[in-house]
Amino acid sequence: MKRFVYINDDESSQELYCDNRISNRKYTVLNFLPKNLWEQFSRFMNQYFLLIACLQLWSLITPVNPASTWGPLIFIFAVSASKEAWDDYNRYLSDKKANEKHIWVVRQGIRKHIQAQDIHVGNIVWLRENDEVPCDLVLIGTSDTQGLCYVETAALDGETDLKTRVIPSACMGMDFELLHKIKGVIECPNPDKDIRRFDANLRLFPPFIDNDLCPLTIKNTLLQSCYLRNTEWACGVAVYTGNETKLGMSRGIPEPKLTAMDAMIDKLTGAIFVFQIVVVMVLGIAGNVWKDTEARKQWYVLYPIEGPWYELLVIPLRFELLCSIMIPISIKVSLDLVKSLYAKFIDWDSEMIDQDTGIPSHATNTAISEDLGQVEYILTDKTGTLTENRMIFRRCCISGIFYGNESGDALKDVKLLNAVAGSSPDVVRFLTVMAICNTVIPIKSKTGAILYKAQSQDEDALVNAAARLHMVYVNKNANILEIRFNGSVIQYEVLETLEFTSDRKRMSVVVKDCQNGKIVLLSKGADEAILPYAYAGQQTRALVEAVEQYAQLGLRTLCLAWRELKEDEYQEWSLMFKEASSTLVDREWRIAEVCQRLEHDFEVLGVTAIEDRLQDGVPETIETLRKAGINFWMLTGDKQNTAIQIALSCNFISPEPKGQLLLIDGKTEGEVCRSLERVLLTMRITSSEPKDVAFVVDGWALEIALKHYRKAFTELAILSRTAICCRVTPSQKAQLVELLKSCDYRTLAIGDGGNDVRMIQQADIGVGISGREGLQAARAADYSIGKFRFLKRLILVHGRYSYNRTAFLSQYSFYKSLVICFIQIFFSFISGVSGTSLFNSVSLMAYNVFYTSVPVLVSVLDKDLSEGTVMQHPQILVYCQAGRLLNPSTFAGWFGRSLFHAIVVFVITIHAYAFEKSEMEELSMVALSGCIWLQAFVVALETNS
Amino acid sequence: MTDTDRVRHRDTKTAFYLFTQQKLPACKPVLTPAWVITIFLFTGFIFIPLGLVTLRASRSVIEIVERYDTECVPEPFRIDKVSYIQDDSIPKNCSLFLKVHKYMKAPIYIYYQLDNYYQNHRRYVKSRSDQQLLNGQKYQATSSCQPVEFNNARPIVPCGLIAWSLFNDTFTFIRERAELKVNRKNIAWKSDRDHKFGKNVYPSNFQNGTLIGGGKLNPRIPLSDQEDLIVWMRTSALPSFRKLYGRIEEDLDADDVVLVQLMNNYNTYSFGGKKKLVLSTSSWLGGKNDFFGLACVFVGSSSLILAIVFMLLHLKFQR
Repeated sequence: MKRFVYINDDESSQELYCDNRISNRKYTVLNFLPKNLWEQFSRFMNQYFLLIACLQLWSLITPVNPASTWGPLIFIFAVSASKEAWDDYNRYLSDKKANEKHIWVVRQGIRKHIQAQDIHVGNIVWLRENDEVPCDLVLIGTSDTQGLCYVETAALDGETDLKTRVIPSACMGMDFELLHKIKGVIECPNPDKDIRRFDANLRLFPPFIDNDLCPLTIKNTLLQSCYLRNTEWACGVAVYTGNETKLGMSRGIPEPKLTAMDAMIDKLTGAIFVFQIVVVMVLGIAGNVWKDTEARKQWYVLYPIEGPWYELLVIPLRFELLCSIMIPISIKVSLDLVKSLYAKFIDWDSEMIDQDTGIPSHATNTAISEDLGQVEYILTDKTGTLTENRMIFRRCCISGIFYGNESGDALKDVKLLNAVAGSSPDVVRFLTVMAICNTVIPIKSKTGAILYKAQSQDEDALVNAAARLHMVYVNKNANILEIRFNGSVIQYEVLETLEFTSDRKRMSVVVKDCQNGKIVLLSKGADEAILPYAYAGQQTRALVEAVEQYAQLGLRTLCLAWRELKEDEYQEWSLMFKEASSTLVDREWRIAEVCQRLEHDFEVLGVTAIEDRLQDGVPETIETLRKAGINFWMLTGDKQNTAIQIALSCNFISPEPKGQLLLIDGKTEGEVCRSLERVLLTMRITSSEPKDVAFVVDGWALEIALKHYRKAFTELAILSRTAICCRVTPSQKAQLVELLKSCDYRTLAIGDGGNDVRMIQQADIGVGISGREGLQAARAADYSIGKFRFLKRLILVHGRYSYNRTAFLSQYSFYKSLVICFIQIFFSFISGVSGTSLFNSVSLMAYNVFYTSVPVLVSVLDKDLSEGTVMQHPQILVYCQAGRLLNPSTFAGWFGRSLFHAIVVFVITIHAYAFEKSEMEELSMVALSGCIWLQAFVVALETNS
Repeated sequence: MTDTDRVRHRDTKTAFYLFTQQKLPACKPVLTPAWVITIFLFTGFIFIPLGLVTLRASRSVIEIVERYDTECVPEPFRIDKVSYIQDDSIPKNCSLFLKVHKYMKAPIYIYYQLDNYYQNHRRYVKSRSDQQLLNGQKYQATSSCQPVEFNNARPIVPCGLIAWSLFNDTFTFIRERAELKVNRKNIAWKSDRDHKFGKNVYPSNFQNGTLIGGGKLNPRIPLSDQEDLIVWMRTSALPSFRKLYGRIEEDLDADDVVLVQLMNNYNTYSFGGKKKLVLSTSSWLGGKNDFFGLACVFVGSSSLILAIVFMLLHLKFQR
């Protein structure tokens, strides 16, 4: 199926496609009630309660007033429904805000200001700098003469760098006026959610230039929710609108997360239900037999000789209703209540407020606090999560001279400042590489200050440092770079950019000096990717030393190099590069090979050292949590070396003699397979030794391992307590979470950037760090915290307490209902198995709601051990992880307890009080007060503080 | 100290702040062996005397229980007791001799006891209308009274199975040819008489139908004064139960013989129930019931034993 979009045609497509009204709402005013009720009743527990409530309307069988079930039921439903309604109302408000935003759109050849929701497919939309794109557009014009514009796609894919978009060739060079009158047709596929693919054609109608088909790709689009940056204006044709945009299609309502505990409670509820059915059947049969043998003789009961057809059912159904309280209706309410309180405790915790920003921790998902106490695997991002993600240029070594060694900050080193002021050629070249060997885009803000938009924080640090050393990267205009050094402006023309790849471990640019026409290759990269390619005869000893020295300080090093190219050498290579870039088979490999041909005989200029400080308390936090039996995996998009370096410095892995790193690598299936086998073998052998064994895998090998050797890799995942995965993509992160989840592990994913969002959503618990990469991760997460070290408190204090408290509360809820229920059952044996309720409706309701549910809420403040003790002995968490406090056997304990207590209460009530003289209401009150006192005693006994 | 510091300092003191930080003061008992032993000893020392006192009170109560349901059926009718009891033409008079073993101090309570009688059966318990008992015929919604709701299309007051099956044996007590004074007033709860049974509600259309259940009521006496009915309408919880009939307000000496003349009207023969007559004195604790005392003694002595065992264990394996 295709869709044909007629550009600038006000009539034709209005009816065909939806308008640009965005709707994230689940309900409308009309369908709210039926839809919400339907959703609520799709849960087994609610169906059960509804059935019971309906049965109670039949007065022949109901033991108590129907209100005693209908009241709580309606209350519960009202509470959940109003919560849903409130959420939906908020979604409606935010939709409304987006829908009513004013946008410039061409109508009848004139630009008009209309609301975003009135955009139709085929309309031409005009955007200014920093505008948010309201729907999916095909770009047809920009302020840039070359037809380029820049967009920030963070909201879409989480990448914060700027991306270039280009207008299709057919629209090239059209002027401002013409863009209002343009007519044509775009043939594009039906809406889908693939944000990397857009296979379409554009054909402009005659007065406009050629009417050939012009192919369109994702490069020609502006997608909804992106921001236009660094471009004065742009305009485009709306092709997908409203909920049919790429973003709209990929927006799914995330599945509500269910905690392990909820699952266990559901299971136990099922068991109780089965027990109840058995009891009902036994008592029902016994009741019918007793009725036929005994009750018919009892003239005072006056049984009719011929009963109605349903007579046999009456007694079993009565018992069903009598036993229905076995599954306490209050459990859902009290659990919801305490869970929201746990969440509030997290919000309130003054020890988890980020002192730098004053941002408190926040629990977005209020329902999963117990899971925090049961975490077995933590998957953490590196940059920004473990580290501060604040790259600072600290030291450098330029042609053998160390700068910044004394003060720890090269920017303040007088020697370097003097060298800069004296325009020492080595230093100038070094700074030039720092400033322009990158993909940074400088943006001039209104105040005249220059902001850099960099793909990587390292480049950002280098460019900023160069600027502070008076080598300011001022402007990038298409291929012309402008730098200003000590007041003079130098222009370079970028000829080629040899992008960074993880194989080459370096990136280069080929630039032409506009002043003297010299062509230069500028490179920067890891030491092992630069130093071996230095020209013969260069003394690299000092550089190697520098690299080692810096690495030991935990600094990230980059070597900068440079080579002058001859005109013909470049021309020759340039042809090869173009050819390689346009090959269809093995393009990446071909390009790498061609790059190798240029990147040799470097004159290595020096080494930079960049610091990415670890956040406070990271090593301690990791150590404590590992003592608590939690396994750590580091998933990072960063290089292997940096990852290992950071891992070492934050106790993630132990250095050589104690720990061992196993590498899984390889480019082909076979290599990966062999390496995986080898690692697995070592792992099996060492699993008994008290040795820290960790495996390291990179994204490429991971891809192959996950695709072809899933079983082996799963085994490895189970065996190893620590893993480092570098160069992984967001989707691979999510896959790893999925893998661990499939082995029945409770996973917690923590991250700070947009690339962690998928993993955070996938994991059982997602924790977002509200850091420098924006709030995206924090918004998608279940919990957001300010610093990594709060994780310790989140898990050990909040998670553990929540688990303990819920374990008690849920089992207690069953216990107290069972006690009452058992007493009812015992009473039925002395009341002719006729289904008489010993307790009246009011007492039952008061018992469930007032006497037992309210006092037990005190247990949300219960602490079995003090916070300090738990922090000092994190091993105690094992009890929660293994679910020792809520499982079938503890539940059986509570079950036995309730049976025993019911017997005690019943026997004492009957015998100690009045005995033969006892009367129904007296007995019921005595039994009830007995139960209430016993409950209070149990709560007091089980409460630890 | 700056202002904000001061504010923060004050904040940390409020109960709400402590609550939000989960730091409300709490006490946490540590169960050391000494504490455990003390607690058990304490329980033992409380419960054993308590049990002994209550046991003594219960033992001081004197009770005479006499079953009369079989003996009160004349010899020839014993084969078919049901037809005997249902035949109105046969007089139901019967005499019993009760021997007093010990001195019984007034007031002596007279109970009738029924065994194997399920007043707690669901059909039975529900079959009454409290509103009608209080308001009489003004109250129409008596569907709960089924199957004894209407007779000849007129409402029955009091309706329902419970009232319909009213116990109707009567007793008179004679000692040495003089009739003992039996007080039949104030045998029902005062609250029932005052608030549950109407002062202006008179029985009507009661026991008029084809099916006659138990006793009849004097239609000229309001329900609030029909104390036998009120007592009967307090349904019993157990299938064998005693209900108060009256009080003898004279002391009975040891070896006195009391002649009981009774009307054996009530049918318990069809379902094999027993009827008993009970005379009982009372103590400060009520009637005769050893269970509570025994239970207390049991709990007390077991905690004492536990305390001793723990003490020995503690001394032996001292840390």
